[in-house]
Amino acid sequence: MSLAQRVLKGDARAAARLISMAEDGDPAARSEMESLYPHTGRSYIVGVTGPPGSGKSTLVDRLTERLRLERKKVGIIAVDPSSPFTGGAILADRIRMQRHGTDEGVFIRSMASRGQLGGLSYGTYDAVQVLDAFGCEIILLETVGVGQDEVDIVRTADSVLVLAVPGLGDSVQVLKAGILEIADILVVGKADLEGADQVERDLRGLQEIKGGEPQEWLLPVLKVEGLSGVGVAELLRAIEEHKEYMSRSREGEARKRQRLEAHLERLLAETLMGQALEILRRSGKWDDAVARLGRRECAPHKLVEELAGHVLSSPSSR
Amino acid sequence: MTARIIRVLIAKAGLDGHDRGAKVVARALRDAGMEVIYTGLHQTPEQVVAAATQEDADAIGLSVLSGAHRYLFSRIRELLKACGMDDVLLFGGGIIPREDVSFLQEIGVRGIFTPGATTGEIVDFVRREVGTRRRESL
Repeated sequence: MSLAQRVLKGDARAAARLISMAEDGDPAARSEMESLYPHTGRSYIVGVTGPPGSGKSTLVDRLTERLRLERKKVGIIAVDPSSPFTGGAILADRIRMQRHGTDEGVFIRSMASRGQLGGLSYGTYDAVQVLDAFGCEIILLETVGVGQDEVDIVRTADSVLVLAVPGLGDSVQVLKAGILEIADILVVGKADLEGADQVERDLRGLQEIKGGEPQEWLLPVLKVEGLSGVGVAELLRAIEEHKEYMSRSREGEARKRQRLEAHLERLLAETLMGQALEILRRSGKWDDAVARLGRRECAPHKLVEELAGHVLSSPSSR
Repeated sequence: MTARIIRVLIAKAGLDGHDRGAKVVARALRDAGMEVIYTGLHQTPEQVVAAATQEDADAIGLSVLSGAHRYLFSRIRELLKACGMDDVLLFGGGIIPREDVSFLQEIGVRGIFTPGATTGEIVDFVRREVGTRRRESL
C-alpha cells in the first residue's frame, strides 16, 4: 500500500513519514502528495501567531482541549525557528500540548522554519495537506514567535488569530502596519496579568479610528487566560462565527482565491528559478555576469534583463 | 531544501525533574545541525513513543536520573516494537550504574552516556548510527 493510501486510512506513522519526506524535498514525496490532493480541502485551518512567549502553544493546547470535547479530530502543526548558522533547531512547542500526545484524535507535528522568514516553513504547506487528507477536521497552525512583519500565515489559514500580550509597547504599536492587520480575531493573551485591560483598550481603539468602508466582519478582541482556560470557549465561538462569515461572504471567496494563487505563485517561482539558474550556470552566463557585476561594468538591473532574455530564448526553456 | 535533516526526540520520563543534562544534549545536537524535539518533563513511555511517531523521529534520547532506567528503557523499547518502529535508534544517559549498562544494551539501547561523556561523542554517535539506518520505506 502506498504512503498516501495509508494516510487516507488514518495511519499516523505514514502521515508523519510523508510530512518528513515532503519537508526534506524527497522526490518520492511528490507523487504521494499528488494522489492525496483530491482528498484535501476539508479541514478548517486556524492560524495562531504572536510574539515569542506570548502563549501560542498554550492557547493551542486549550483550544484542542475544547475541540476534543466536541470529538473533533485535531491536527496541530507548530513551527519553531531553525538556526541561521547550523540549520539545527530545538522544537519545544509540544511541551505545552503533551497531554494530548496519546489521544488518537490529535496529531501534533513540530516543524523547523528551515530558513523561511514568514513565520512558517516550506514544508508547512505540505504538512497541512497531509493532515487534511489524514482526516483532521480542524488544523491549528502555530507560527514561530513573530515580530511585526511575518504574515505568511494569512496565505495558509482560513482564520488567523493574532495574540497580543501586556508589556510589549504602547498604543502607537498597534497603529503600525503588519501583523495586526492580518488578524481575523485579536486575542489578548495572559489576560490575568496586569496591563491586559490596557492592551484590550488599545486594540479596540484601533478599530474605532479605522477609516474607509464599514467592514462586514468586525474584528473581535477577546481576552484569554491560557493558564486557567478562561475565555477559550468564547474564542472558539468567535472562530465558528468567522468560519461562517468566510463561507458566505465575498471576502471569504476572495481570500480562498488569493490563497490558491499565492501557493501556485510560490511553486512556480521556485520551479522557474531553479530552471533559470541551471540554464545560466550551464552556459557560463552566470559566472560571467557575476564577474562583470564585480568589475562594475554593468549595473545589476541591466544584467538581469540580459540574463532573463538569455533564459527565455534558450531552447531548453521552451 | 533537499537535504535530509536528522530529527531527534529528547525525552524525560517518569518522576524525574532534572533536565539540565537533557538540555545540554539537546543544545549540542541542535548546534550539530539536527532538529531536536524536546518533550518536557514527566512523560510516560506511551507519550514518548506517540511523540516519536508523530514527529517521525530518527532517534530517541532518554535522560534518566531517577533510577528507573531499567523499566523506562524496557517499556519504550517494547512499545516501539509493538508499533513496528524497531528502526528508531534508542539511546540515553544519566545516572546509570555500570552493572545495568549491559542489561540496557541487551534490550537494544544502542548508546549509554553516563557522567563524563562529552557532547562531541554523543553527536558523533547519533550521526553515525542514524546515517547507517537510512529510513527504510514504510
